[in-house]
Amino acid sequence: MARTVTTNRKILNTTIAWAIGLLIFFPILWTILTSFKTEAQAINDPPIFLFFDWTLENYAVVQERSNYMKFLWNSVIIAGGSTVLGLIIAVPAAWSMAFVPSRRTKDILLWMLSTKMLPAVGVLYPIYLGFIKLGLLDSRFGLVIVLMLINLPIIVWMLYTYFREIPGEILEAARMDGASLREEILYVLTPMAIPGIASTLLLNFILAWNEAFWTLNLTAVNAAPLTAFIASYSSPEGLFYAKLSAASTMAIAPILILGWFSQKQLVRGLTFGAVK
Amino acid sequence: MGRITLNKVTKSFGETQVIPPLDLTIEDGEFTVFVGPSGCGKSTLLRLIAGLEDITTGHIDIDGMDATAVPPAKRGLAMVFQSYALYPHMSVRKNIAFPLRMAKMDQVEIDRRVDNAASVLNLADYIDRRPGQLSGGQRQRVAIGRAIVREPAAFLFDEPLSNLDAALRVGMRLEISELHKRLETTMIYVTHDQVEAMTMADKIVVLRAGHIEQVGSPLELYKAPRNLFVAGFIGSPKMNFVEGAEAAKYDAHTVGVRPEHIAISGTEGAWKGRVGVSEHLGSDTFFHVHDTGLAETLTVRADGEVSFKHGDTVYLTPREDVVHRFDAQGLRIG
Amino acid sequence: MATQSSRSAARLMMAPAVILLLGWMLAPLITTLYFSFRRYLPLRGGDQGWVGFENYTRFIGSSAFWPSVQTTLIIVGGVLVITVLLGIVLALLLDQPMWGQGIVRILVIAPFFVMPTVSALVWKNMFMDPVNGLFAHLWKFFGATPVEWLSQASLQSIVMIVSWQWLPFATLILLTAVQSLDGEQLEAAEMDGAPFIKRFWYIVLPHLGRAITIVILIQTIFLLSIFAEIFVTTGGAFGTRTLTYLIFQRVLESQNIGLGSAGGVYAIILANIVAIFLMRIVGKNLDN
Repeated sequence: MARTVTTNRKILNTTIAWAIGLLIFFPILWTILTSFKTEAQAINDPPIFLFFDWTLENYAVVQERSNYMKFLWNSVIIAGGSTVLGLIIAVPAAWSMAFVPSRRTKDILLWMLSTKMLPAVGVLYPIYLGFIKLGLLDSRFGLVIVLMLINLPIIVWMLYTYFREIPGEILEAARMDGASLREEILYVLTPMAIPGIASTLLLNFILAWNEAFWTLNLTAVNAAPLTAFIASYSSPEGLFYAKLSAASTMAIAPILILGWFSQKQLVRGLTFGAVK
Repeated sequence: MGRITLNKVTKSFGETQVIPPLDLTIEDGEFTVFVGPSGCGKSTLLRLIAGLEDITTGHIDIDGMDATAVPPAKRGLAMVFQSYALYPHMSVRKNIAFPLRMAKMDQVEIDRRVDNAASVLNLADYIDRRPGQLSGGQRQRVAIGRAIVREPAAFLFDEPLSNLDAALRVGMRLEISELHKRLETTMIYVTHDQVEAMTMADKIVVLRAGHIEQVGSPLELYKAPRNLFVAGFIGSPKMNFVEGAEAAKYDAHTVGVRPEHIAISGTEGAWKGRVGVSEHLGSDTFFHVHDTGLAETLTVRADGEVSFKHGDTVYLTPREDVVHRFDAQGLRIG
Repeated sequence: MATQSSRSAARLMMAPAVILLLGWMLAPLITTLYFSFRRYLPLRGGDQGWVGFENYTRFIGSSAFWPSVQTTLIIVGGVLVITVLLGIVLALLLDQPMWGQGIVRILVIAPFFVMPTVSALVWKNMFMDPVNGLFAHLWKFFGATPVEWLSQASLQSIVMIVSWQWLPFATLILLTAVQSLDGEQLEAAEMDGAPFIKRFWYIVLPHLGRAITIVILIQTIFLLSIFAEIFVTTGGAFGTRTLTYLIFQRVLESQNIGLGSAGGVYAIILANIVAIFLMRIVGKNLDN
């Protein structure tokens, strides 16, 4: 029930909310602005907010120094590949848990989530050794597998919560209508769960995109995604704020744009399907 | 063809047995209604026949073939669910065509059958809509359409009318009955509403706690209920039960008289009482009579013209020839 | 509510996910356990055989161990407290009628999309730098001496950066929960004369219980293993060395696999203690 409030109250709400929203968003805004400044203006005292000489120079320098497109492409492949692969494995598992629950379903689900609590660093070396043995070090395929495994519990959990909202009678109707299990999942469950699946896909794409432990430790040159691209700017070198900002903007822009266009699914996805 | 036989079928969920050993035969072409209060196992029984649940012991034959281990998709049965269970992402046409598509039927035949079903069920105007855009009654018809196109051996209905409003329910009841007359296919229909059971069934199966209390035609159950439970369940308003000295006169532990089998008069009769609430339906009037010393309330049906005021003294006379007699175990005598 | 065949199909379809995760959990775990009992220095003589519990006693005996556990817990706890409290305030605020709610929501959730490495770099250089950072300018403007954030208030700075990243998540989940609150309940309470504080305490907060649990669970999972934020900002110096980071240093910087693995086992034990504690709460909450 929307309650009617006085205009004054609404103005007050709006002012406070916008102020807080802008405050939270400010670091990102500042980074984007700085990326268009010259290095000298970037560290000007007092800081210049809008009235500076807008330039694209930093982007050109960053692109020249490191091949942005290659990193971007690696990020897309790794984040996309791991998410899609995870989904393929998770859909049947989530079907089982949501529609044929047993006494152990909850335990399995919680166990899956608990594997995410294993500290990655504790197993870094064995994984590192294994990757060398299998020739997976610095390969996109290797990272796709690792990130898929890392996000699998979250994918299963999210799909499980979305599937549970679908009435079991509809799947039983499909069974009565002569659908095999494969057809039931493909033609009935999946199309009905599209919004949930989209949210799951988006959120896990973002988590994989931003993952910065395995991607930093298991890649060198060939498979390095944007996390590695940005990490190469971690040591200061003379005047570099504007270039750092340009590189940062390039690393986060794809996700911010994606987020902007798919706001609804993302908001749903961000709640991990856990809250309605 | 659709003769379904249940042979010593039981069902347990874990330790609890919800269906004790049960035998039942449903003849080909028969309209059978499973009726009983909620939790009596009627839906479970239907799901066992559908194959959506495994039976624990015993076996189910469909047309003489053992179907116990056959998956639901292969039993040749169609089901209409309480929630209709339509596929929300498909149009009405695609919903109805779904079972045919699953059967890999060719497109021409699918179209022919879907169009036919749509015209029979008056769905032609809505054929390209999604279920979300339909009213309850239309959804119900789509669910039925999806069932009939398959030309199944039998139809299973799981409380299909319980989500409709009262007026629509009466209409759909007739439509389903007419459908049965036309198709002459076996139908098994689950409901908790004895009116639906009485009006639609060839054969009623009254269930309580997984037990079959009685099987018979509507009139058999009405005229000769085998025990107190069936007597109280079938018929509306409920049968009046009288115990004690008055029952002993009839040589019984309990006697039952239906409201329509009691005459009411302001001047003379067998039992004296005081009028409580009267319900005027127009065609009939039901009087709730208190202080008879026989039971807390006796319900009496009278003609719509008859009128007594709250608190009036009235006299009731049961029709001797239709008094039902029950022994101390609640079983029918004679 | 199912047949034997659908149950076996279910088991079969669950198998790939379960087997993969089991393998992903067990294989490295067993290897780590194995290494933790060996003296293994890849650059200084390689695998030099069994040493029993020496790595374990050395790791726990090192002066860095307990502080690192403490640091880990402070960061996780600090971020949880900040994000949950601010999240509730923000959620209640965003639930109010206002103009441009959708845009404000986007502004608030934006930090979640920023890579941890990027946010750490941006905060470190452009805000917290004692010479050129925006905070330094601000301090100077008010005539104060700029703070050397990452050395003088290092732990607080990291908690702040990480909170900024996770506040959107907490806010969004709590906002969704606030929005699902039945308005009539609140109106009934208002009719009964309950003031705002009481309505919040007895109706809103209990309603948010499940959402808060979810926030705590998911954030803890991710916070226990934060890495990039420390790697980029302080490199573990100035009392910001978490257990994760300490092990990272043992394994990669000092190339002592045996010692690092023993540390890994400790980290796993710590994570499990936290996990058991959390799963207890969540398990209960998942029931409904």
